[in-house]
Amino acid sequence: MSACLDIRGLSAVLPNGQRVLRSVSLSVQPGEVRALVGESGAGKTMIGKAVLGVLPKSVRIVEGEMLIEGEDLGRLDAKARRTLIGARTALIPQDPLTALNPSRRIGPQMTDRLVRILGWSGERADKRIRQLLNEVQIRDPERVLKSYPHELSGGMRQRVLIAAAFAAEPRLIVADEPTTALDVTVQKQILRLIAQLQRDHGTAILFVTHDLGVVAKISQKVSVLYAGKVVEEAETAQLFAAPQHAYTRALIAATPRYTDPYASLKPVDESVLAGLTAEIAAADKDWRPGHG
Amino acid sequence: MDEARIARRGLSPRLWLAGGWLLLAMLAAVFAPLIAPQDPLAQDLMLERLPPFWLDGAEPGYWLGTDSLGRDLLSRLIFGGRIAFIVAFAAATSACLLGSALGLIAGYFGGWADRIISRVVDVWMAFPPVLFAILLVAVLGTGLSSVILAIAIIDWTRFCRVIRAEAMSQARMDYIESARIAGYGRIGIMLREVLPNVLPSVVALLSLEMGIAVIVEAILSFVSLSISTDDPTWGSIIAEGRLSIHQAWWVLVFPLITLILTVLSFSQFGEALKARFDPVLR
Repeated sequence: MSACLDIRGLSAVLPNGQRVLRSVSLSVQPGEVRALVGESGAGKTMIGKAVLGVLPKSVRIVEGEMLIEGEDLGRLDAKARRTLIGARTALIPQDPLTALNPSRRIGPQMTDRLVRILGWSGERADKRIRQLLNEVQIRDPERVLKSYPHELSGGMRQRVLIAAAFAAEPRLIVADEPTTALDVTVQKQILRLIAQLQRDHGTAILFVTHDLGVVAKISQKVSVLYAGKVVEEAETAQLFAAPQHAYTRALIAATPRYTDPYASLKPVDESVLAGLTAEIAAADKDWRPGHG
Repeated sequence: MDEARIARRGLSPRLWLAGGWLLLAMLAAVFAPLIAPQDPLAQDLMLERLPPFWLDGAEPGYWLGTDSLGRDLLSRLIFGGRIAFIVAFAAATSACLLGSALGLIAGYFGGWADRIISRVVDVWMAFPPVLFAILLVAVLGTGLSSVILAIAIIDWTRFCRVIRAEAMSQARMDYIESARIAGYGRIGIMLREVLPNVLPSVVALLSLEMGIAVIVEAILSFVSLSISTDDPTWGSIIAEGRLSIHQAWWVLVFPLITLILTVLSFSQFGEALKARFDPVLR
């Protein structure tokens, strides 16, 4: 069986030639949750955007392949790529405040995609949306469907977005820091919901986060990213039990612990970062697109 | 917040006062032949420069007095409103359609479309608008359609700039990205996702522009470049009033008040409408 998502040696550059992704390879098997963890600016979100075909215009992919269920996105023309991405993937965005159109009611906004893109009947789409709203534990779907986004709380909006993401039965969902913009208390519920729906629907998720606590809770596999480079990849349990790379160890050491709430926050060890940066700079020197 | 809540219930005094005046003035203009107490063109030198009704020497039936040719001022203002409102609606709507469409395209598509449209706007705005209008009417010839066309040609940039900026900020929103991921076409996204969010601004600008169109039309009639000189327009009444300001101040003052009230009402009405249209402010 081919992987749900397979990224092979993906590199991307900015217009000034600076590399933002450095030969990234990772795969997500069907029904699996792969966490993509790293500091801000490491390129986690960039990878998600590349998969979904919404990279900013300034970022150019210079080498590598991306396959969704065995189909190479690079070999498809723009229209076929759009259709493939639209039908098989979905996004759970980071900021529920800007991810819903403020001037449209929730109901039409959610059903629209099913009707227009997947060609469902309005009735079927409506039924499906209600079922999903039920699954994300929204108690009064009638009111929510008639609401404008600003009438709902951040947590409610994120539930709506989760429901919308799962509604079209995508094979792959990219969750881009879906809990970062939420209250800590809401974060936990939302995380549990995503895990629940993921199990029920068997959807593969590429879960982008900077929070190792979240990684431990939700994912089976992890890729650790630093400066656009995958420095370590492992089964989640394995990674926490025996981190191989110095950066991963430093990252885990920097995670605040509930068992010792009064300990001061530790930044990631400077010497580890310096070593990594030097290593990456050296690799960049010899790098030409297409030659590794 | 209080103001927004009042606006939702439709009780905003701003909306009512401005809308009330506009409705009154428009109804008067539409039914001018039924309402006007006198024939606006009838001259009577026996009745020249009659003062308004509360002053000594006023004649009944000539509420706001008469001008230096003995024509009834109130009737002339009512008939002048016809041209003012026709110009306001036709010119502002044309400017709005042209400017908003180009602004939406420039703001949402960006790239070459934006560069070309923005440069044209820059060049356009370098012309002094009133001189530009006078020049245009001189070229197109006087008459109602020329005036409307001239105002639309000059003022579309106002819509273009604002709508471009709004469309640009909407285009950066995550929901646009989600729509792209879902596979919507670019034009579909522009019309279905972006347009509804810039509509409140379009409405506010449209109303403001109607006020501006009234001013421009008045300026053009003031310099006798609008409609034929027979039909009364607010601008031409002001122009005539200016000549007899020392003998009959009312011929200048009443059309000025009418003009100012109308323009002010248009802009206030637009703002109030925007507040009601905008789901977030609402």
